[in-house]
Amino acid sequence: MCLAIPAKVLEISGDVATVDFGGIKKEVDVSLTDAVVGQYVIVHAGFAIQVLDEEEARETLALFDQILGGNVA
Amino acid sequence: MFRFRDKEMADKIVQKLREMDLQITLMHVCGTHQDTLVRHGLQPLLEDVGVDIRQGPGCPVCVTTAKEIEESIALAKAGKTITVFGDMIKVPGVEESLSDAKTEGHDVRIVYGVNDAVDLADKISNEVVFIGVGFETTTPSIAVAVSRRPPKNFSLLSCHRVIPPALKAIVEMGEVRLDGLIEPGHVSTIIGSRPYEFLSEEHGIPQVIAGFEPLDLLMGVYMLAKQKEEGNARVDIEYRRVVKPEGNPTAIKVMDEVFDPADVKWRGFPTIPASGLVLSDAYQEYDARQRFEDDLAELEGKEFKEPKGCRCGEVLRGVIRSEECPLFAKTCTPTNPIGPCMVSAEGSCSILYKYSKHAEAK
Ligand code: SF4
Ligand code: SF4
Repeated sequence: MCLAIPAKVLEISGDVATVDFGGIKKEVDVSLTDAVVGQYVIVHAGFAIQVLDEEEARETLALFDQILGGNVA
Repeated sequence: MFRFRDKEMADKIVQKLREMDLQITLMHVCGTHQDTLVRHGLQPLLEDVGVDIRQGPGCPVCVTTAKEIEESIALAKAGKTITVFGDMIKVPGVEESLSDAKTEGHDVRIVYGVNDAVDLADKISNEVVFIGVGFETTTPSIAVAVSRRPPKNFSLLSCHRVIPPALKAIVEMGEVRLDGLIEPGHVSTIIGSRPYEFLSEEHGIPQVIAGFEPLDLLMGVYMLAKQKEEGNARVDIEYRRVVKPEGNPTAIKVMDEVFDPADVKWRGFPTIPASGLVLSDAYQEYDARQRFEDDLAELEGKEFKEPKGCRCGEVLRGVIRSEECPLFAKTCTPTNPIGPCMVSAEGSCSILYKYSKHAEAK
């Protein structure tokens, strides 16, 4: 029920965006975010609840590497 | 995002944890976390390095009370069209579930989100009741739909709950020793990290907001272990790619506008102050409990017993694990669930069953 999954925004018209879940296209309500085309959003129950920050994702992985003292990245 | 499943990195984190020589008990409150822990076999790995993780009340379906299920069934029987998330339909009330009511010919429909229910109300003239279940992840979508003033034949039976007061209740009940809390990533996407801070400040509990990939959880555990080792208690965010300290302000605003806090019961818990949500004054006209007061009158003041022998309450409070319930995988299975923790895809009993040998044998 409350799974939330990332999807890529393909098109936005008003509150509704067409997003791509790895090949499956769906319409979702984006009124809770200020997502723009090309970004990834986290989708739950037909609504985008947040924009995924790709820069932060990279930084988190870099931080993991640093903490773990390796260079697996 | 698959980097967050990197096996080599995972091994390194586990190795770090092993070197810390831990003996800790942690709690998370999210069905999706439990799924990751069990599906990827992290639970035994972590146990092996002295980390015991339990799922607390982190499944909105599981903590819904028998009374709320009975209310939904009563409205179906009174001729309303019931719209509900798929997970809820098989949860047993006292004698039957919404699914049974549907089999009897009542109008119960599964929807993917609240907008489907609003669209349906637009198309048909019958009363459409949406059974609103969910934590802060789900609630903003319901709030948006209600704030748009849906058609007059739409109403909401709010069973919405919020997480921080439940965490406070768990900590104050003190039944389980908690060395740290893993906060739910998607609830936190909405509310941010601040609403958890009091638990660190007043109760000295280290906390981390973690994502849902194996590395997220392992790193979350490591961050908690580190806090503990260093004598710290604060809210760290591991899931930075989605969670901001301030959360999602647009979502918080619309929730605050549409809902007011209320004291409600959670399955397995006594009434928890300010842990539920009711429609605010401006949106009372959409409140199914008011609109159909007469249909629900006979449920008022009634006692609702838990299914016999089911230990969901203790599972939800983190006092026991699913496998410690004597009915687990014996009389209680997903095809014949006794308690809600075996029904919901996010219930800890059903997750354990799904990935265990019981399921394979089928
Ligand atoms: S996704 Fe949200 S509502 Fe669903 S189990 Fe996780 S925290 Fe709970
Ligand atoms: S195994 Fe079944 S009976 Fe036991 S706690 Fe879980 S849901 Fe309840």
